[in-house]
Amino acid sequence: MAVGKSVVRVDARSKATGKAVYVADMFMPGMLIGKVLRSEFPRGKIVRLDVKKARSIHGVHAVLTADDIPGKNVCHVVFEDMPLLATGEVRYVGEPIALIAAETEAAAQLAIEAVELDIEPLGILIDPEKYNSPDSPILFGEDNIFAHHKIRRGDIENAFAQSDTIIERVYRTTYQEHAYLETQGMLAVPTAEGGIDVYGTMQCPFYVHGAVSDVTGLAQSRVRIVQTTTGGAFGGKEDVPSLVAGWASVLALAAKRPVKLILGRTEDFVSMSKRHPSRVEVKLGATKDGKLTAAGIDILFDGGAYATLSPVVLWRGTVHSCGPYRIPAVRVDARAVATNKVPCGAYRGFGSPQTLFAIESAIDELAEKIGMDPVRIREINHLRRGDETVTGQKLGESVGLQECLERAITESDYYNLREKLHGRNGPVKRGVGISTIFYGVGLGAGGTHFARSGAYVGIQPDGSVQFAVGTTEMGQGMRTVLGQIVAEAFGIPFERVYCLPVDSSRVPDSGPTVASRATTMSGRAILVACSTLKGNLAGVIAPEWGVSPKAITFGENCAFRTDNPAKRISWNDLVERAFAQKVVLTIVGYDSSPPTSWDEDSGQGDAYVIYAWAVNVAQVAVDTRTGVVRVEKLWAAHDVGKAINPTLVEGQIEGGSVQGLGYALTEEYIIDKNGIPMNPRLSFYHIPTTVDAPEIHPIIVESAYSEGPFGAKGFGEQPLMGIAPAVANAVFDAAGIRLREQPFLPERVWPKLKKGAR
Amino acid sequence: MNIGFTLNGRTVRVEVGPSERLLDVLRERLGLTGTKEGCGEGECGACSIIMNGMLVNSCLIPAFQADNSKIETIEGVVETAIGKAIVDSFAECGAVQCGFCTPGFVVAGAALFRENPDPTEEDVRVALSGNLCRCTGYSKLVEGVLIAARKLKERK
Repeated sequence: MAVGKSVVRVDARSKATGKAVYVADMFMPGMLIGKVLRSEFPRGKIVRLDVKKARSIHGVHAVLTADDIPGKNVCHVVFEDMPLLATGEVRYVGEPIALIAAETEAAAQLAIEAVELDIEPLGILIDPEKYNSPDSPILFGEDNIFAHHKIRRGDIENAFAQSDTIIERVYRTTYQEHAYLETQGMLAVPTAEGGIDVYGTMQCPFYVHGAVSDVTGLAQSRVRIVQTTTGGAFGGKEDVPSLVAGWASVLALAAKRPVKLILGRTEDFVSMSKRHPSRVEVKLGATKDGKLTAAGIDILFDGGAYATLSPVVLWRGTVHSCGPYRIPAVRVDARAVATNKVPCGAYRGFGSPQTLFAIESAIDELAEKIGMDPVRIREINHLRRGDETVTGQKLGESVGLQECLERAITESDYYNLREKLHGRNGPVKRGVGISTIFYGVGLGAGGTHFARSGAYVGIQPDGSVQFAVGTTEMGQGMRTVLGQIVAEAFGIPFERVYCLPVDSSRVPDSGPTVASRATTMSGRAILVACSTLKGNLAGVIAPEWGVSPKAITFGENCAFRTDNPAKRISWNDLVERAFAQKVVLTIVGYDSSPPTSWDEDSGQGDAYVIYAWAVNVAQVAVDTRTGVVRVEKLWAAHDVGKAINPTLVEGQIEGGSVQGLGYALTEEYIIDKNGIPMNPRLSFYHIPTTVDAPEIHPIIVESAYSEGPFGAKGFGEQPLMGIAPAVANAVFDAAGIRLREQPFLPERVWPKLKKGAR
Repeated sequence: MNIGFTLNGRTVRVEVGPSERLLDVLRERLGLTGTKEGCGEGECGACSIIMNGMLVNSCLIPAFQADNSKIETIEGVVETAIGKAIVDSFAECGAVQCGFCTPGFVVAGAALFRENPDPTEEDVRVALSGNLCRCTGYSKLVEGVLIAARKLKERK
């Protein structure tokens, strides 16, 4: 049995020893260095752009502006509003204007400085809350709104009128930077026959494939994308690698040489996507015994200069905005708006951490007003099997929230722990907080056209199995987990299975590696392929055994008669016979996601195929002398359907929790009122270190999803999503102050402690 | 200028420019790409090496300073008993995810063991605090170093 075992991941040793090859580690004969000239203005008109001098510098092989792009000057994401290189106008600090390919870093730098560029500043829009103010410029469409999503359910006015208790609160969140340790980078190599091969760090090879074809004007058949070992992504390598690959590709074609373009850390900070800052206004109503009656929620996301993924990020934020609760009357309005700042995009949780911070804090505030325990109000209202979500989706199976809640409460000894911590005296106050969240697995109704997957599976003559998928390994352990699925399907040892790197020429377009979908979607495609291959193999032996191929089972490194397991043939012998008989043993499996539905006007429908669930309990210490909040312990219970590899599941829980901790406590990326980034460096943007990380207790709950491979459903994002509200709720429990704006830095906490603000 | 140093036990000579970083010389001239660049300002520790017995960030060291020094990179560290033990325990306890930071953690762990072969969890957390990891939440990295320490002690 391979599934359910914590096998050692296939890439652990190559990575730990430094042998794994990331794109920056690739060198080629004649390879040039790519560089990008970027805007230093948040908005302005390009009045002069002359690259003649730059082109004449020794060692410089290409200097390109928008006019030199052979194909379309566009990076298609949801709309086509973002150019590959700015033309006419720049709209954020960091926007690309010109590209350089040179033999050395120094020559490239000289060329950047030699470009003659004049930008005439234009009026800017920095504060998203002023998107519709009359003196703000129009940056997108007619009203600066990238997208407006709604949920309309029940009679909201009447429901509030009949509520015994109502609260209204506003919550704010700021940027979060992915801070993947490996910055963005691509190596583009022109082929002898006029095509291009692109190697690089990415989540979505098929997005990159389309983008490179668009900007080079090459037929998609001449473009090949290969993912190199990817040093973390977390959503930050969803759409923006299309830009990086586009820059490297047009440079490589112009220079007729391989071009490697690796972003420096500050450049990556300034120009690559971030989590959307948000303002979320929540109005909640409940009966006096704590039953939720109504939710009115108004969401505003700061989208930045171009729409990129904002419409879909906002959609997920909208669907998750009421938390995992039964609420009969709901009205949600969500808008993502344009500003003259870096375009925001995908980041682990994809719009839901912002809205979940709001609703999970508000639920606690409501409980407090009613005089009810925060756990009790969740027990009364949380979704169970058979319930309907606020989008009207009936939950048929795999609803493990109750079990998550029970186990998190039991394992943290929540009630006794609280009492014990409250009993202590001194300037450091301790307390416990909770959050209950959910996560729609896969793309859902917001991205049905991408909801497919392919898998190449090839049984080799020696009985080992090679496979490849179109989703990517970015550190989460996908290659290992999918290898376990292949091994389990064939009943052979895990060591006999090997997952090849992603190559767009080997597997069908499998959509993006996002939305915690890789295990579920690639796993399904793998099972389709394995099932056909098992049928082919069974067909070799079935006539001899006088049974139908369907009456043969694979397992224990053998094929055997299901009704008489003693009648068997070893896997290797069967494979050998199949090869001798010229039976096909290499195929591509293909799968499309189970259906979803959505009505844009009412916000009603089956938004996602299935949901994952989680409960976080946080123990915090608040130093009332300094305002410093420390998270001492975390319990994180996650319903993952089935843990294919429990150690890797724990890794996702621990890593996501600490990213969530950074979001809650220390990570603050500041763009000032003039649109200038203030701290685009790891020295001034503080992600947690070993000494900040708390004691974490991962709790795995398995409420099987019948359509998922061996019951698995995706969950990689959700460990981050519920941390900030659990910490805010714990701070309230400890010190009686309510934090409605993350991150909870001492300078935000201390004034509240001083005032005793609730 | 022409400099010479001991690199993973072998003597090397290389011509370097006045503003070149040791990190680039190791990666681009000497082909040792296991040392990674994560930030270029000594914050993340992905470029950790051991220079004259000290754990340093090679992105902050001008190459000429390496003249006459003794340098160990991840490629050399993993050939030692300590390095092997850390790699094995990292693999077994699930401490590796994207892997970009991992060589730096192996090097930092090795540097710790030379100073303190029997570290407490607190010692390990402090010793690794100059290395950033965005994937693991550190639990399994810390656990991995503690397991490696225990195994090395048992072997003695």
